[in-house]
Amino acid sequence: MSAPENRTDHTDLTDPDVHDASHGDGGGDVMNGFTNPGLGEHRPRKADVDDKADRRAERQTAALFGISILGTVIALVAYFVLNDHDAGDVASIRQVNMWIGIGLFLAMIGIGLGAIHWAKSLMRDHEMIEDRHELRSSDEARAGAIQNLKDGVEDSGLGGPKRRSVLKGSLITALAVAPLAVLVPQIGNMGGDWNVSKFRHTLWGAGVKLTRDPDGAPIRAADVTIGSVFHVIPEGLNELDHHHLMQEKAKAVVLLVRLDPADLKIQEGREDWSFDGIVAYSKICTHVGCPVALYEQQTHHLLCPCHQSTFDVSDGCKVVFGPAKRPLPQLPIAVDDEGYIVAQADFDEPIGPSYWDRLKGGDVTVEEESH
Amino acid sequence: MGAKLNSAAAGTANWADERTSIGGFVKFFARKLFPDHWSFMLGEIALYSFIVLLLSGVFLTAFFVPSMTEVHYEGPYETMHDVAMTEAFASTLKTSFEVPGGLLIRQIHHWAALLFLAAIMTHMCRVFFTGAFRKPRELNWLVGFTLMVLGLAAGFSGYSLPDDVLSGNGLRIIDGVVKSIPILGSYISFWMFGGEYPGVDIIPRLFTMHILLVPGLILALIALHLFLVFLHKHTQYPGGGKTHKNVVGLPLFPVYTAKAGGFFFVVFGIIALVASVFTINPVWNYGPYDPSPVSAGTQPDWYILFVDGALRLMPGWLFGLPLEWEIWGYTLSWNILIPAVIVPGIFFGIIALYPWLEAWATGDKGEKHVLDRPRNVPVRTGIGVALITFYVILVIEGSNDIVANLFHLSLNDITIFFQWGIFIIPPLAFWITKRICLGLQRKDRELVLHGHETGTIVRYDHGEYIEVHRPLDEQELWLRVSYDNHTPLEIAPELNDHGVARKGYRWDRFKQRLSRFYYEERVEPVTRLELEAAHHHHDAQGAHEAAEAEESSERLDDEWEQLEDGAKR
Repeated sequence: MSAPENRTDHTDLTDPDVHDASHGDGGGDVMNGFTNPGLGEHRPRKADVDDKADRRAERQTAALFGISILGTVIALVAYFVLNDHDAGDVASIRQVNMWIGIGLFLAMIGIGLGAIHWAKSLMRDHEMIEDRHELRSSDEARAGAIQNLKDGVEDSGLGGPKRRSVLKGSLITALAVAPLAVLVPQIGNMGGDWNVSKFRHTLWGAGVKLTRDPDGAPIRAADVTIGSVFHVIPEGLNELDHHHLMQEKAKAVVLLVRLDPADLKIQEGREDWSFDGIVAYSKICTHVGCPVALYEQQTHHLLCPCHQSTFDVSDGCKVVFGPAKRPLPQLPIAVDDEGYIVAQADFDEPIGPSYWDRLKGGDVTVEEESH
Repeated sequence: MGAKLNSAAAGTANWADERTSIGGFVKFFARKLFPDHWSFMLGEIALYSFIVLLLSGVFLTAFFVPSMTEVHYEGPYETMHDVAMTEAFASTLKTSFEVPGGLLIRQIHHWAALLFLAAIMTHMCRVFFTGAFRKPRELNWLVGFTLMVLGLAAGFSGYSLPDDVLSGNGLRIIDGVVKSIPILGSYISFWMFGGEYPGVDIIPRLFTMHILLVPGLILALIALHLFLVFLHKHTQYPGGGKTHKNVVGLPLFPVYTAKAGGFFFVVFGIIALVASVFTINPVWNYGPYDPSPVSAGTQPDWYILFVDGALRLMPGWLFGLPLEWEIWGYTLSWNILIPAVIVPGIFFGIIALYPWLEAWATGDKGEKHVLDRPRNVPVRTGIGVALITFYVILVIEGSNDIVANLFHLSLNDITIFFQWGIFIIPPLAFWITKRICLGLQRKDRELVLHGHETGTIVRYDHGEYIEVHRPLDEQELWLRVSYDNHTPLEIAPELNDHGVARKGYRWDRFKQRLSRFYYEERVEPVTRLELEAAHHHHDAQGAHEAAEAEESSERLDDEWEQLEDGAKR
């Protein structure tokens, strides 16, 4: 294959657009009256003129490749030797990870720096010039393309004397509606039961005990001292399976706070929703639904750490700062015969972020409460 | 040995060529030229971190279980003993603590993702400020823009997979944003989560998106992106010998094979080093997803911060007026739609369509292969800096709690400051940048006309002191004079000869206004005539009085010549 007679003339093998460039090449064009002076003078590198420098660069490159091999060895040793399968403790495996990583780093960086050093010090650095050609096709090519398309249209019969508009129309319609056969079942099944009114209901209802999150222990009013905060879930939540537990918990979490009754501004119509300074509010932010978990005792402010909506617990959890617009929904509470805090009913509005028809169908909740 | 190898290689090459005509491709590609500049490697970093993402991602899929089925943890990590969690979270812990090298690969994957997006955005900045998006590269700008958006989707979907408490809250925020969409919001939420949030479907769905759909699209678009780079041939920075009709550079094989190929290993190596010594996303500290707890200082990955920052910045009430409206009983949440949907939409829209915006203002139909120096297009550079400023404000606001903590500032003050700042600072940044560019252009003019200051002071016989200036060499000169002098568009009048309003006048008017915004205020490059006039004047004069009438600086070239003559003698 490599016999000399099979070789064609050297120039035929080279791209005519590409050629070596020397001082002054590429110049000549004129801009603002000035002439492009062409390439500046090429300055040789040390390794180009000094044989010693050339050999030094070669040795350095080889040394870098050597570092890479060493790195691979380190990674393998870390994997096989350092790794004690029986230990099973977190600290030792993190050690192994670190050493595999450092080995990998050396293995990679050695190859990388070696190759770059080789290229920069030993490979060609004499620039070359390649001509560009306009991207636009030639006029003949364009005319040919148009003719081909015309011929195709002609052959299909769409463009000729018979316009075949029925055929065109029916094909377009068929293509337009065919995806429905795939998309409708696909999209239709993806939303579960599509029952978006689920947003309105939580596990809370008349007589449901407020219990601690996460252990589910009921809370006595007597245990709630002034200034204390309880993260609360409804009684019975933990008995649900994982899927429903998450779904219900995402809506039902409540924050229970006791203030000095003197500090508490009771909202109109909610006179009997609190008990001796104890108030319960939904923990789900009315902005985009993060848990509003940070309570500042001194100011009675509740802060959402996600976007810093701030609610004033002493004043109906109204928004005092941040992107939320609505107060947190209040859970009406009472104390039962045994002294436990219980809910009087579910929230009277959907908890969490706003959505288009949030205020629609509000009556449903009332109906359900009544029976 | 060598000869044997050679003939074996030739045999293989022949075999392959007779079946694929690969010879032609090799001939075409092997000596393809690429111009050299450090800023051209930013895109390479993006490409290489994507390859690292693919390699490490394949490893992770071998151990990750994309399921929301409940399990109780029984692994070696004591703190989580018997804690209820999803299989997704449990398998993430298993990958981290029971698979040797597993945590390393997880961290490589995460760090590579952060680097991927950072490299894409920096690369976009390079392309923007040098005008590399101009004809014929507008389409490739769009391809790159789409890659950036897909990168965000890949990042967010991957970030959510471990099903930890932090990413779960991130998903909840997405749910809240989606629900704010008028009419369809609740249904889109149900569609995404397979029912009510959080459901049991979101992790497997995100998994498919993360390992198949999005990376498949990214791969296809990277192929298209690189194909277009080859087709267009790479742009080059201005300088002697560089024109719109040539490429000056070094060949793909061997120089760029070694440099760019080597650079892949450097990128991989650095990611590996960072991943082995810096912990990222320690989900075992956060715990499995639970809708109730959340901690202070929660942060998404950096590339999502701008959306989070916008959400934080937007007030729920503005001057006592609510930004959540109730219209005929329906709720319209501007406080969510504006920061999370409308503003990012406009921001990304401007970026995607920018090449056309500028082309309308410029009206130049030629192919542009020599890059702009950012100073030479002051308005573009100003717009770029304003967009970056806007973005950075949102990013800072997205970590305002951490900033507040770090600098002992009030969280509320920072937010209020940026609520005003978002309107004031970007235009200010635009104006300052534009002034700096114009100043640099004036500096260039001065250099071209008067040369370098040499620090040599000369006294004349009659007592006058001057500083000697040295003229620029031809390369220095060409760099400073070889740019397009764009002027505002001239358009045909509204009424034609018959006094009838012509079609398309309003569109032309718009383009002309845009053009004025871009090019009304400009510093024109020095022309040959100007430079000659400056020189010629001195040659002709001879008399000292005439020179005194001139600005003193204009004399200096002449003085330099005299001095040089003196030195030669």
